[in-house]
Amino acid sequence: MLMSEEPQIHHDLYPILKSVPDPEIPVLSIIDLGVVRRAELHDTKAVVDITPTYSGCPAMDVIGDDIRKALNDSGYEPTVNLILAPAWTTDWMTEEGKQALKRYGIAPPTDAITDKKALLGEERVIECPHCGSSNTKLVSQFASTACKAMFKCQDCEETFDYFKCLI
Amino acid sequence: MSNKNLKHYIYGIADNALILGQRLSELCGHGPTLETDIALTNIALDLLGQTRSYYQYIANLSTENTSEDDVAFLRKEREYRNVLLVEQPNTDFAYIITRQYFFDVFHFMLLNKLQKSKDVNLVAIANKSIKEVGYHKQFSGDWLKRLGDGTEESHEKAKQAVNDLWVFTDELFHSSNNDHQVIESGYGVDPNSFKEEYYKTVSSLLEEATLQVPETKYFQKGGKEGIHSEHMGYILAEMQYMQRTYPDMKW
Repeated sequence: MLMSEEPQIHHDLYPILKSVPDPEIPVLSIIDLGVVRRAELHDTKAVVDITPTYSGCPAMDVIGDDIRKALNDSGYEPTVNLILAPAWTTDWMTEEGKQALKRYGIAPPTDAITDKKALLGEERVIECPHCGSSNTKLVSQFASTACKAMFKCQDCEETFDYFKCLI
Repeated sequence: MSNKNLKHYIYGIADNALILGQRLSELCGHGPTLETDIALTNIALDLLGQTRSYYQYIANLSTENTSEDDVAFLRKEREYRNVLLVEQPNTDFAYIITRQYFFDVFHFMLLNKLQKSKDVNLVAIANKSIKEVGYHKQFSGDWLKRLGDGTEESHEKAKQAVNDLWVFTDELFHSSNNDHQVIESGYGVDPNSFKEEYYKTVSSLLEEATLQVPETKYFQKGGKEGIHSEHMGYILAEMQYMQRTYPDMKW
């Protein structure tokens, strides 16, 4: 997506924010998830803008609390703003984040074009994060959270979550 | 255009998401299968999240110390502007899916146009929500095809649901006088601009699902003017219970 401008994150705040995990997928840092859009530092005052993955994402309140706590612990006075625009997209997830998801057993989002085709009714090929097989099928468009779909591998017969694209 | 008109218009969009979200959340733990249970409650969560964004905006437009919770929980039945379709009960799975599909197609087309509103807040909410609603529409459409073109029993039930719920579709395209002012000023969307496309899309899916498009010319209306069906009182009684019992309670 063209408007996916790089997040502006102050270098002193970066390692602190990087250490805050997503509460629902703890292997993923909120930086790698792409929800931190801006982090500015004015003396000891830290201002952080975060954006939700999905409108109803119940993790946003916890993420806000975790950011405030992490910044407080490092001696900053935090302000966290929730912003809606531009809308989050899975393209903002970092490569490191995608690899972490895969190791965790969640198939990372593929490129946006694949999912757009799926929305138009074409098949998409999602690789099984357990055995690497491409012989998988969609079980449900929604899984343990709104941001994931459920797939089943027809080779190793395990079900797995797929982090679906939002584009 | 006044804030009052704009708020009135936003209620017309947001209350649909709230009441359908509330209806779907009744299914938590009661869906026919684990996967559909989770899917429907995920959709409920998306809708309630979208509702919050609209209500936070409404609260900001209000001069008094209004919070999003006041907007959600402390209005009377006549003040809710949702259409009759979304308050219809979870009669069976065919009803749930049909109600969802009839709404999702409308919702998607509405948000698509709302992305071009002059109001930056509505544009932001529409940009965010339409991504989610694309998945809702695919889910409900897939299931409606499966039910219609499934077994004899699923076909019968889907047919019944389509015939019963069809009368509520026309109201989706109604606008009040206040709405018209918001639409004319470029902040709102005229639903009539995509009415034809809506019926074409829905009819083509029904055909694919081997279901007949109802021919009735008689439609139900009233929700957008605050005149609701008998189901609405029960929904609000459950939804508002905590705030009515313990006024100003906080989580």
